[in-house]
Amino acid sequence: MSTLNQLTISALSTRVNHREVSAREAMTSCLDRIHQVDGDVHAFLSIDEADALAQADAADHAIANGEGPQRPLLGVPIAIKDVLAVRNQPLGCASKILAGYRSPFDATVIEKIKAAGAIVFGRLNMDEFAMGSSTENSAFVTTRNPWDLSRIPGGSSGGSAAAVAADECFASLGSDTGGSIRQPAALCGCVGLKPTYGRVSRYGLVAFASSLDQIGPFTKDVHDSALLLNILSGLDPRDSTSVPEPVPDYTKALDGNIKGLKIGLPKEYMIGGLDPEVKSAVRTAVDQLQKLGAEVVEISLPHTDYAAATYYIIAPAEASANLARFDGIRYGTRVDASDPLELYSRTRGAGFGPEVKRRIILGTYVLSSGYYDAFYLRAQKVRTLIREDFLKAFKTVDAIVTPTTPTAAFKVGEKSDDPLQMYLSDIFTISCNLAGICGLSLPCGFTKDPQLPIGLQLLGKPFGEETILKLAHAYEQANPWHHQKPLLR
Amino acid sequence: MEYEVVIGIETHVQLKTQSKMWCGCANAFGAEPNTQVCPVCLGLPGVLPVANEEALRLTTLTGLLLNCTIARYAKFDRKNYFYPDAPKNYQITQYDKPSTFKGFLDFEFQGGIARVNITRAHLEEDVGKNFHFDRSSGVDFNRAGVPLLEIVSEPEITSADMAHEYLNALKEVLTYGGISDCDMEKGMVRCDVNVSVRPKGQTALGAKIEIKNMNSFSGARRALEYEIPRQIEVVSKGGKLSQETRRWNDEAGITETMRSKEQAHDYRYFPEPDLMPFAPDDDWIASVQRRVVELPLARKQRFMRDFDLPAADAQAFVWDVPLGNYFERAAQQTKSPKTVANWVINNLRARLTETQTTLENLKFPPESLVDLTGLIESGKISTKIAQDVFIEMFNSGEPPSAIVEKSGLSQVSDVDALGKFCDEAIASNPKSVGDYRAGKVAALNALKGQVMKLTKGKANPNLVGEILENKLKN
Repeated sequence: MSTLNQLTISALSTRVNHREVSAREAMTSCLDRIHQVDGDVHAFLSIDEADALAQADAADHAIANGEGPQRPLLGVPIAIKDVLAVRNQPLGCASKILAGYRSPFDATVIEKIKAAGAIVFGRLNMDEFAMGSSTENSAFVTTRNPWDLSRIPGGSSGGSAAAVAADECFASLGSDTGGSIRQPAALCGCVGLKPTYGRVSRYGLVAFASSLDQIGPFTKDVHDSALLLNILSGLDPRDSTSVPEPVPDYTKALDGNIKGLKIGLPKEYMIGGLDPEVKSAVRTAVDQLQKLGAEVVEISLPHTDYAAATYYIIAPAEASANLARFDGIRYGTRVDASDPLELYSRTRGAGFGPEVKRRIILGTYVLSSGYYDAFYLRAQKVRTLIREDFLKAFKTVDAIVTPTTPTAAFKVGEKSDDPLQMYLSDIFTISCNLAGICGLSLPCGFTKDPQLPIGLQLLGKPFGEETILKLAHAYEQANPWHHQKPLLR
Repeated sequence: MEYEVVIGIETHVQLKTQSKMWCGCANAFGAEPNTQVCPVCLGLPGVLPVANEEALRLTTLTGLLLNCTIARYAKFDRKNYFYPDAPKNYQITQYDKPSTFKGFLDFEFQGGIARVNITRAHLEEDVGKNFHFDRSSGVDFNRAGVPLLEIVSEPEITSADMAHEYLNALKEVLTYGGISDCDMEKGMVRCDVNVSVRPKGQTALGAKIEIKNMNSFSGARRALEYEIPRQIEVVSKGGKLSQETRRWNDEAGITETMRSKEQAHDYRYFPEPDLMPFAPDDDWIASVQRRVVELPLARKQRFMRDFDLPAADAQAFVWDVPLGNYFERAAQQTKSPKTVANWVINNLRARLTETQTTLENLKFPPESLVDLTGLIESGKISTKIAQDVFIEMFNSGEPPSAIVEKSGLSQVSDVDALGKFCDEAIASNPKSVGDYRAGKVAALNALKGQVMKLTKGKANPNLVGEILENKLKN
C-alpha cells in the first residue's frame, strides 16, 4: 500500500507539481487508508468515493494544463467536518434532524479551497451541532482516538482531528466555538488553528454560536496550517462579520526567528486539576521556547474563572435561536402532526440528541423574560472584561502560551454521564473564543503510558496569526513530535 | 358616564427596494410560489444575512419625512418565535435601538390640522405567506425577507374616523417619498390597532386590546366602529376587559378573541450577532436628506396660499405631483393662476390620459398654456375656440397665437358684423324669441347657439348675448 497519504500538503504538492505522483494516486492512497483503518477509527460519516476520484481526475487534468503554480492545493485531498456546506453533499452536523439533507451551495471556504484545486471529500464525524468535547454526542457513532481506540479524539471536530492523525487525508477543516479545533488537535497530536473572529468567512458554516464560531484547518504541521490559512482568509461580502483586514502570506512568517518575542504565561492557568504529565510537557516546551530566543513572562488574566460560566450562557443562548430553523417544515426530518406546534415538538424531539436539547433549553432560559438581564446581558458584560484581560496582556507580550487541555484523551464513556465535567475540559480554550482572538494547538509531547499526545496552545492578539504561527513553527522544527504517527495496525 | 377612546396604530410597510432585506432575491409581488427565494431567505443551514443599504436609506428618509430623530447608533435584534411562515423561526428586527424615533404626522381632520406623534419607525424583515388547502397547508417564501418598516404611533388617535385619516395621510407621505407603493391589495401595507376605553377625564389607560387582520383602511375603520362600542358596552355594564389580541372578521363584522395575555409570546429579544450595528455618518445622512420631498399637506397649503387656488385644485396637484409641478411652472408666469389651473386640471390632464401621453412627452411648453389663457382674456378668441386651439397645440406643439393666425380663428368682436348675424338668428327662430319674451331666460342660449353656428364659433359669445338682449328688448 502506498504511503503517499502520510505526506504533508507541502510534500505532496511538490511531488504532484513535479508530476512524480498524480492526484488520483494521492486520493486513492487516502481511500485505501480509510478502508484499512476507519472501521476502527470512525472518523468519517460518509464518503462519496466516485466523486472524490472524479475530482482527482479533474485535478490531474488541470495539472497537465499547467495550473499548478496558481492553485496551491491542486490535487490535495482535504476532508470536511459535517458542519460545512458542500454543494450536493450531505450536510448533517452528525444529527438525525438533517437526515437526507444535501446542501445546494458551497460554503465560502469550500469555494476557496476548490478554487485552489483541493479535492474536497468526505463528511467527518463531530459532536451533534458542534456541541461537545468528545464526539460522543454524534447521533451516529463515536470517533476513536487513533493513538488509543478506547479513548475519545476530543470534540466537537473529533473526526477532523482523527482523520488527519490517522493519515486518512492530508488535512481537514473543522470549526471552533469553544475549543472544538484546538482541543481535538491536542488530543490527537496534530496542528489545529482557530483564526481571529472575522478572519475567515462563516458563510456556509452551520451556526452554533454566531459570535464565537470560526472555521479552521487541521494539519500535520505548522507550515501546512499557514498555507491553508492563506487560502481560507479574507473579507466575504456574504458574511457581515468578516473583517476587511488584508491577508498576508502566512507562510512567510515561518522564518524560525523568534528572538525577542515575549511570551506570556497566565498564572491562572497552571492550576490544580492539570494533569502532571501535561504540566510537565508544557513547562518543558516553554523552557525550549526560551532557549530558542523568546522571553517568557508571567501574566495575569484575572477574569479566567468566569469564562466557563460566561461561555455556557452565551453559546447556548445564540444556539437556541440558530437551531430554531430545524423544524421539519422546509428540509430534513419531519415527524408529521396535525398542527404546527405538535409538528415542531415531535420533529425536534425525535431529531435532536440529549446534549443539543440540554443546550437549547439552557439558552432559551437565559434569554427569557425576567432572566435576560441577570444571565445573558451580564454574561456579555463579563465577556468584555475577559476580552480586555487579553488586550491588556497583549500590550506587554506578543503571544500567550498555555496547555491546550487539562488532561490527555480520556476514555469513551468516562465523562459522558456528567455534562459539567465535560464542560470543564474546555477551560483553557473557551476564553479565546469569548475574546475573539486567535489560537492554535500543536503537539508538545506524549504521556508515558499509554502514549497519548499532549497539546501546547499559543494564543495571539486579534489578527496576530503570524506571530503564533512563527512561534509554533520554531518550536515544532526543534522537536520530533510532528513526525510521530499512531500505531493503528 | 361618558367614555373616551385611546387608539394607537402600528403600520407595517413594505419598502420599495429592488431586492430583499438580507439577500439579492427580487422584492416583487405576484410571482409563482417559491420562485423568488434563495438559501438566505429560506433560512437554509449555514446562511447569513447582509443588510440592504437602500432599505436603510428609505428607513432614514421615512424618519426625516415624519420629523423623527435619526439614530446615530442603531442595531438589529432577533425576535424569537416559531411559526411556519418564519424561515429561521426568528425575525430580524430592531428592538431597543431603532433607526428613527420621536416624530409626528400632521394631517387634515374635521376642518383643521390634527397631529399624531410617531413613537418610532424601525426596520425588519417580512415573513412568508401561509396557504391552507383541503388537507394540507403550504408556505410561499417569496415574501420572506422583504424589507418592512414598522411605524408605531403614540396612542393619540381618538376615533375611528381619525384613525382612517391618519392611515391615509401616512400612506400619502410614504408614496410621496417613494418609500413604498402602499398597495394594500398586494400586501404592501398592513396595520394593527390597539384600542382601549376609559371614563372621560381619567388619566389611567384601560386594558389595551390589539386588533389584527384588517386588510384595508376602511376595514380598519369598520373594525374600530365595532370594537369601540363593544368595549364601552362591557365596561359601562360593570364588566372587566383584559389585555388581549383579537381578530377582525370583516365578513361577520365582529372582532374575535385570538390570544390572551397569558398566551402572549416571550420573544426573548437579543442583539443579532450576525450583523454589525449601524452608525451612519454625516455624509450618509446628508445623502438621504437630499431625497426629502415636500410633504403633501405642506404642498397643498402652499398651492392654496401662493396661487390662490381652492382646496380641490390644490389637492389635485398633491395627488398628481408631476402635473402640479407643471402647473407651477406655468402659474409663475401669469396673473391668473386659477384660470391656468382650470386648463391643466380639466383639459390637459384629460387629454394626457385619453392619448396616453406622459407629461415628459408633451409637445407644448407651460408658456403656451399661459399664452392661451392670455388670448381668451384679451378677447382675441372665445373659450370655445380656445378648446380647439388647445387640441391643435397638443397635437402639433405649435404656439397658440400661431395656430389662431393660421386658422383665422380670431374671435369676431365687430359689433356691426355680429349684429347682422343676430338679426338672422332672431328671424329664423321665432319660437325661441317668443319663449324669451315670455320670460324663459334660457331661450336666449338657444339663440346664442344659432349665432355661434352661423359664425362658425368665432363670435364673441358675451358680446352676442348682449346684442341679442338689446335687440329682443324692443
